[in-house]
Amino acid sequence: MSCEKSFSLPSRVLHWLMAVIILAMLFIGVFLASTVGPDYNWLLTLHRSLGIAVLVLALVRLANRFCFPPPPLPDELPPIIKTGARASHILLYALMIAMPLVGWGMLSAGGYPVPLWGQSVLLPSILPHDPALWAWLRSAHTLLAFLLFGLVLLHIGAALFHGLIRRDGVLQSMTWQAGHDRK
Amino acid sequence: MAMKPVVPSASALRWFAVVVAPTALALGFLWAGGWVSPHRLTQRRVLASLGAVDWARPGFRRNHAKGVCVTGSFEGNGNASPLSAASVFRRGQRTPVTGRFALAGGSPFQADAPSKVRSMALRFMLPDGQEWRTGMNDIPVFPVRTPQEFNDLQLASQPDPATGKPDPTRANAFRAAHPWLKTAAGQIAHRPLSSGFADDTYRSLDSFMFVAENGTKTAVRWAMVPVQGVAPAAGYVEDPNYLFRRLTDDIQSRALRWRLVVTVAGSRDVIDDASQGWAEDDRQIDAGTLTVTTVGSEEGGPCTGITFDPLILPQGIAPSGDPVLSARSAVYMRSFAARSGEKPAAPAVSPVSGAASGDAEGKQS
Repeated sequence: MSCEKSFSLPSRVLHWLMAVIILAMLFIGVFLASTVGPDYNWLLTLHRSLGIAVLVLALVRLANRFCFPPPPLPDELPPIIKTGARASHILLYALMIAMPLVGWGMLSAGGYPVPLWGQSVLLPSILPHDPALWAWLRSAHTLLAFLLFGLVLLHIGAALFHGLIRRDGVLQSMTWQAGHDRK
Repeated sequence: MAMKPVVPSASALRWFAVVVAPTALALGFLWAGGWVSPHRLTQRRVLASLGAVDWARPGFRRNHAKGVCVTGSFEGNGNASPLSAASVFRRGQRTPVTGRFALAGGSPFQADAPSKVRSMALRFMLPDGQEWRTGMNDIPVFPVRTPQEFNDLQLASQPDPATGKPDPTRANAFRAAHPWLKTAAGQIAHRPLSSGFADDTYRSLDSFMFVAENGTKTAVRWAMVPVQGVAPAAGYVEDPNYLFRRLTDDIQSRALRWRLVVTVAGSRDVIDDASQGWAEDDRQIDAGTLTVTTVGSEEGGPCTGITFDPLILPQGIAPSGDPVLSARSAVYMRSFAARSGEKPAAPAVSPVSGAASGDAEGKQS
């Protein structure tokens, strides 16, 4: 058993919790951007609330990462793959923080109130009311969502590649069979 | 540690498993966004259908495009407070309001006419940042029941390129396919027409739920009923902006008032269908008075950079199950994003608040 070779328990809990929320958010978001159906309103309410949850969790996770650094990738991986992995993880963190802020900011610029969990919390505006800025941020929210979804797919593909093809313990370091050494 | 190749050999099944999960997610994503279901009604399709009736002018609302901004306030009288916890209804509570009067239709330069549908949209700015926005029309009921019917009605009303007028065969086909909308169409066609914006009654059409302090929900509809006297519409007027000029003159000469009349659903009323009127003998509550004191151009006006999304509601008012509400909210947001990224031309009606402008002055005095 070597704990330093797998992710800490808080890291794994945060990872899988956010994995579920972010995937749900991406699907709900792309549905909200097209639907005229009766589920629009409750899904939008959920989308705002989960978005702020992602922002809070991402900040908690960033702090957690400094307390419990991730295990190193296997030595034999070529530097280009290690660099790619590092860059994609930085981008994932950046988007986990940027997406909720862009969403919150675009609603502020569009003059929309930002209630969470029904009407229980009303968030303040973080940007001045400016329709042109609202239109720009609304487009940015879409573009960044596509970028995030592409990265998530890449991340899942890479994880499965490690788990099923290379079988090098990288996938296991984030699953419940942790404690299993990377080989 | 044994060195392993970067890509070791593995069975086809394992490779399939690596590829299938992201692929399945990507397909699900495309489905959720409506890209693989061409028959699904989307926000873009509804806007395209509106654009087929009257093409979209850059920078303007995609419907109710011709309008002016107004400001004023609403004073509650406490009569609706037992049904709704919203502070706006409290006795003596004065809530600032920004609003907009407009004509239905996609052109901001259309000529005013007595029978065109007029609208009043309001944004009540409650204390602590809560808001209530409502877009009301001067028709007795909504012509359709669902977003799909709305879309089909737009397509049936689009002008024939040869004549520039709606094709009667399309309109008849829509009527024949939707016999349950016949009553609504008749009520709208035969509604009494008032002389202008000031003496008109504007209705929510869609139903909402009032939520009391103790959580009790009551289905309601509301209307703004003019306090000033009502005159019937006169005949043809040459001035293409006469409705807006009169409204401007009226507001600049004296404050205009409307009573907010809340209708409580009776046991036989259909709540989630805006094409069906409610019983005549339903309980009605006079909930307070709207006072409109200033009028101004849409250009840079306080009503332009927002959307009158009917689902922006304060505590004490909640949506009903009316399917048109969600569709309005969704399509308004997309329309708002589209027009906000465009550069508009100057609007047709540009009164200057407090003083008659060159345009608003015009022929009338």
